[in-house]
Amino acid sequence: MSAPPAEPAARVELRQERDIAAARIAVSKAMDAMGARALRKTRFVTAVSEIARNALDHGGGGVIEIYRLERPLRIMIRCRDEGPGIADIDRAMTDGFSTARSMGKGLGGARRLVEAFRIDSRPGAGTTIEMEAKPS
Amino acid sequence: MTVAPTTEVSRLLREDFDNVLDAWFATQKREGVRRPDLFSDRESRRQLADLLRAFSEALVQIDLDAPVDIEAEAWSELRLALSEITLVRTERGVAPWEMTAFVLALKQPVFEMLQERLIGTPDELLRDAANFGRIVDAFAMHINEYFIAERDEIIERQRAEMMELSTPVVQLWERVLTIPLIGTLDSMRAQEVMENLLNAIVEHSAEVVIVDITGVRVVDTQVAQHLLRTAAAVRLMGAEAIISGISPKIAQTMVELGVDVGEVTTRPTIRAALDEAFRRVGFRIGRVEDNRV
Amino acid sequence: MSEAASIYTVDKVLLVAIRDNITDTDIINLQEDLSEKIVNESARGVVIDIAALEIVDTFVGRILAQLSSISRLLAAETYIVGMRPAVAMTLVELGMDLPGSKTALSLSHALRSLKAKGLA
Repeated sequence: MSAPPAEPAARVELRQERDIAAARIAVSKAMDAMGARALRKTRFVTAVSEIARNALDHGGGGVIEIYRLERPLRIMIRCRDEGPGIADIDRAMTDGFSTARSMGKGLGGARRLVEAFRIDSRPGAGTTIEMEAKPS
Repeated sequence: MTVAPTTEVSRLLREDFDNVLDAWFATQKREGVRRPDLFSDRESRRQLADLLRAFSEALVQIDLDAPVDIEAEAWSELRLALSEITLVRTERGVAPWEMTAFVLALKQPVFEMLQERLIGTPDELLRDAANFGRIVDAFAMHINEYFIAERDEIIERQRAEMMELSTPVVQLWERVLTIPLIGTLDSMRAQEVMENLLNAIVEHSAEVVIVDITGVRVVDTQVAQHLLRTAAAVRLMGAEAIISGISPKIAQTMVELGVDVGEVTTRPTIRAALDEAFRRVGFRIGRVEDNRV
Repeated sequence: MSEAASIYTVDKVLLVAIRDNITDTDIINLQEDLSEKIVNESARGVVIDIAALEIVDTFVGRILAQLSSISRLLAAETYIVGMRPAVAMTLVELGMDLPGSKTALSLSHALRSLKAKGLA
């Protein structure tokens, strides 16, 4: 596996609700540029929407970086927030772990929609989530 | 493009190009990876010359002390030449390990020639040799990845072809589709089935789809789950799914497994399912004689 | 009324067209606008067209389910129409089958069903 390139292909700040849509559009464009299939794109963009909303609602905002990885060609996004972090990651990943605006399917659902899902979170240290998907 | 400080390696390749080429060729011969049965000496030498020229041109553009990044622009010519030669050689039957050894054979002669040139400066010799070794190793690994990617592509292509063959969606009547499932239904295939079916619903404006599992060998919890998800997705699209081909044995198994089909319509045979489908879209099958009475 | 969704009235049926990249606020506003319109116009049928939506995440999915439930409470039968195949598959994967909502292939299919029931 090659290391992610130093520079992201795009970057979206998550400061307000409208930025969730901006993140979706940016990821959608990046996947179009890779010639991604409709289903792959829908699944991945939906997952991005879930974690972006999570970062905004629980992390008090953050940033999403979009990377294009080669061999095999795939998209990777990294979403970081400086929020309170998640104390019990396993529990947060379980369907039914309900919060203010989600149905409790957000993070666990996002994981099911992508090919690789990594989460790093500690109380007080914010949350970083990385997700990957192949275009076809 | 950055112009890196000239190193002894790049000087060697420029000034002594033909000798390096000869030595590389000789090492390959010694190690038995030249494959004279598949390639004439002339052909092999031309391939080596192409690689060595690309190598030599890249060396003057990069910083030898930096980590090797073979994806860098400076290496694009060499990557291209290597891909072409790997393709040509493997097409004629050269094995992946032979192709790797083919490239690695460049190390030994270059080390020896560097030794002669840098005999008075051991520090420089060590550094140049190590750096050069790293680059050759990186390209040998690149060849391996090339093979893996190639094979993955073949497997993926065959899988896609098989999928297409094994999941035909058939229009039975106006607004009625069926998909006869045969064999096993793993996650990947279930997804393919679902995708084909949903796209066909849009294409035909279908209102009822019959998912026939008569030909499915085993219905376990997972297969049942796939079927119910397919039915759920069909409903979200605004159509209805009927699962047919549920034999008495499968019905018993499903109950034993605790599978709850909920609101999903099921029928034991495709005939019963078709009858139900016609009823829903407003058709009825009757004997011609009946109509005459 | 937000520009992210428009509500039209045809034969006592409210047609709601949701545009792509609707924000959370837009869709919550839509919920309010729609319930008021149902009451004000005594609508007996609602059709929510989501053909323009490239994605439906859990948040939007939940709002769609709520729109159906609210409309039903206000005596208007509600259809969600035009869902794209990739969206349907993704929602099922997320475990959001919208069990309480009626669906139809398209606007015309929904209108036909409403007419058949005398609601349009």
